[in-house]
Amino acid sequence: MSVKTMKKLINEPDAVVREALEGMEAAHGDLIKVNYDPAYIVRADGPVQGKVGIISGGGSGHEPMHGGFVGKGMLDAACPGEVFTSPTPDQMLEATKAVDGGAGVLHIVKNYTGDVLNFEMAADLAKAEGIEVEAVVTNDDVAVQDSLYTAGRRGVGITVIAEKICGAAAEEGQPLAQVAELCRKVNGQGRSMGMALTPCITPSAGTPSFELADDEMEIGIGIHGEPGRYREPLGPASQVVERLATAIVEDLPYESGDNVLAFVNGMGGTPLIELYIVYNELNKFLSERGITITRHLIGDYITSLEMAGCSITLLKLDDEMTRLWDAPVLTPALRWGA
Amino acid sequence: MTSEQVRDWIRRFADVVSEKRMDLVRLDTAIGDGDHGTNMDRGMKKAVEKLDSTEGGDIGADLKNVGMALVSSVGGAAGPLYGTLFLQMGTASAGKSELDLDGWTAAVEAGVKGVQARGKAEPNDKTMIDALLPAIDALREGGELGEALKRSADAAEEGMKATIPLEARKGRASYLGPRSVGHQDPGATSSYLLLRAAAETLG
Repeated sequence: MSVKTMKKLINEPDAVVREALEGMEAAHGDLIKVNYDPAYIVRADGPVQGKVGIISGGGSGHEPMHGGFVGKGMLDAACPGEVFTSPTPDQMLEATKAVDGGAGVLHIVKNYTGDVLNFEMAADLAKAEGIEVEAVVTNDDVAVQDSLYTAGRRGVGITVIAEKICGAAAEEGQPLAQVAELCRKVNGQGRSMGMALTPCITPSAGTPSFELADDEMEIGIGIHGEPGRYREPLGPASQVVERLATAIVEDLPYESGDNVLAFVNGMGGTPLIELYIVYNELNKFLSERGITITRHLIGDYITSLEMAGCSITLLKLDDEMTRLWDAPVLTPALRWGA
Repeated sequence: MTSEQVRDWIRRFADVVSEKRMDLVRLDTAIGDGDHGTNMDRGMKKAVEKLDSTEGGDIGADLKNVGMALVSSVGGAAGPLYGTLFLQMGTASAGKSELDLDGWTAAVEAGVKGVQARGKAEPNDKTMIDALLPAIDALREGGELGEALKRSADAAEEGMKATIPLEARKGRASYLGPRSVGHQDPGATSSYLLLRAAAETLG
C-alpha cells in the first residue's frame, strides 16, 4: 500500500466531529441548536407541537447529510456518529424525546447494519418511554445486486430526497402513519448508483481506505468506499453516466412517459463543473428513453469526505411528491420558498 | 461463581480486548471497516469505569450496566449486538449474587438469543454467532463448572476458526461476497475472547 500524507484542514483527528458541530452551530444558530453529550442537532424552533418529528442520522463524513438538512420543512433532528461510524441509541433516544411534539416520531434510517441496529434499539427505548416511533429504512443503491445474501442494498441518495419530501408532509400536518407510508413510497420509487475516481481518507486512519490506480475508476462504490460492482479503466463522463443510469433505469424500471426527479450528487472531491457535465449526459440519456426530468438537484449533498466521483439518483414522481418537493424548506444546506 | 468473579470476567475481557485491539483492527480492516478493535476497546473501558463506580453484589445489575455502557459508547453494529448480549444476560440473572452452571448457561442462552433477534444472523453467516452457538452447546453438556467453561471456550475457538472459509452474509463484510472468504471474522474473534476470559475467571 502506498503511503500518502493526510492533508486535511483539521486540528485533531479526535476533535473533527465536535469542532464541525461547533462551526455549524456558530454559523446557523438561527436554524439549529446543537446538543453535545449526547450529540444531536435539532431545529431551533422545535419541538413543533402537533407535528410529526423526523429524525435521521448516521456516521459523519457525509456532510451536509444529515445535520445540514435540519430545519423547517425537512428534519427535526440529526444524530451524527463518529466519521463513518453509526451513532448510538442514546443519541437517537434523546433526539427523539427532544423533537416529540405529541404526534410521534419518524426515524429515517439508511440501510447499513450499524445504523439499522442502533436505530432499532433507540426505537425500542423510545417506545418504552411512551413515544410513538415508526422507522423507514432506505435501500436505493442498485450496485448491491445479490440482496438475499448480503446485508441488502445500501441507503444512499434517496435518503436526502425522502427527508425533504417527508419533511414537507410533516410540516403540513400529515399524521405519522401517512408520513411513514410516503417515505416507503419515495424509497420504493427511487434508485441510485455511485462511482469513485479516488478513495477517501478518514481522519482517524490517516491513510486511504482502499486503493484505486490513477487510470482506474470504481463503478457502484458505496459512500464509505465499500467495493462496487467492478473496476474499469477511466472513461469519459458519457460512459460513466451510461453505466450508472442504465443500471438504475433497468432496475425499477423507469419507462417512457415517466417524470423523474434527477439528483446528481458530488462525492466531495468533484467540482460542480463536472457535475453539470454529468447532468447534461444524464438529461440526454433519459430524453432518448422518453423519460422527462421535471425536478432536479445538483451538488454535494451526500459526500464521502474528499472522495472524487458522483452518484445519480432517480425518483419517479407523481403530483403529490412533486408538490411536496416544491414546498418551502429552510435548512443550512437546502433552502427555497421560505 | 460469585458476583465478584463476574466482575473479574468483565475486567479480564476489557484487558484482553485492549491487548488484542490491533489484531481485531487488522481482521476488521480485511473485510469490514477496520474499527472493531478500537470501538470494543473504547466500550469495554467505559464498562469497567461503570463497574468501578457502582456497588457490586447483583450480577444482573452489573451485566445491565455493562450492556448500557457498550450500547452508548461503541457505535457501529458491535455496540447494539454486544450491548444486547449483556443486557439480556443481565435480565436472565437479575437479583442473583451467585450463579451455578445452569444459571450461567441460561444467562448466556438469553444473551445469544437477544443477539440473534437483533442481528438476525444464522449459523455460517460469518458472524459472532458462529463462535457463540457452539459455546452454548458445549455448556449444555453440563458437568463441573470449570470444565464446562473451558469446553465452551474451546468450542468458541473452533467456531471462530471455522469462519475463515465462509462467505459473509451479514454486515459490511457481506458486500465483499466471495472476497470475504479466507478471512477470520472479527466479531467471532471478540466473542471467542469473551468466552476464553470467562473460562479464565469464572471456573
